[in-house]
Amino acid sequence: MEIEFLFWDGCPSHPEARQLLDDVLAERGLDVDVSVHEVFTQAEAEELRFPGSPTIRVDGRDVDPESSSARPALNCRIYRKPDGRPSPVPTREQLEAALS
Amino acid sequence: MTIALATEAPTFDLPGVDGQRHSLDDYADKPALAVVWSCNHCPYVQAWEGRMIRLQREFGDRGFELVAISSNDADAYPEDSFAAMKARASNEGFNFDYLYDEDQSVLAAYGAERTPEVFLFDRDRTLVYHGAIDDSREEENVTQEYLRDAIVAVLGDDSPAVNETPAVGCTVKRKP
Repeated sequence: MEIEFLFWDGCPSHPEARQLLDDVLAERGLDVDVSVHEVFTQAEAEELRFPGSPTIRVDGRDVDPESSSARPALNCRIYRKPDGRPSPVPTREQLEAALS
Repeated sequence: MTIALATEAPTFDLPGVDGQRHSLDDYADKPALAVVWSCNHCPYVQAWEGRMIRLQREFGDRGFELVAISSNDADAYPEDSFAAMKARASNEGFNFDYLYDEDQSVLAAYGAERTPEVFLFDRDRTLVYHGAIDDSREEENVTQEYLRDAIVAVLGDDSPAVNETPAVGCTVKRKP
């Protein structure tokens, strides 16, 4: 399993998302190296198809495929909770599903 | 640099999503004025927007006015264009003025850095609270309603118990 964690430091949500990812990996007993990429420029965002911070991909597949095609940009990414409320981090359920 | 507590409110005169211009003087009769840096595309703003609407609804008839300003660079972030601001205000039912600081001159005067970021002024337009709306973007986890408590204090001609907290949110998108 290959996990990529992409973030832009201008958005404060990445430590929370990384912690959530680590928690879910630990709960599942998965000992996987997470490949971390910090995105610094708009050009990098475009090259990496980075739709906002944080972006997490498992075996190349975004944990939130629905919002993964948003315009590449240095911004905070908008995720949705099951009730539709916005969140700057993916839900635990999205991570669990992606890791299944 | 961000204005300090006890500073007088810098003036502004900006177009609003309602098609009118709005200046600081337009709110002169309001005993409490919250100027909130905001935008369309930030999930932190979106998480707090409902609480902004509720504060205006709860305290509007007591003379509180919330004014949201977006200064974001709409060339780099088209989701924050003036047209998109108008659409969002309509779709979300904003009950407060939502102004566009296209040349970022008002941003420079206030020195806001995050969205959302609150500047609450008393009836003399002196800054009495600066920072976050409350202590959690997750509404169910809120334990400290900083802005609400400060509004209650100001409307009672009192000083807020908490004057400054860190604003948590997206960075304001400055022009290159």
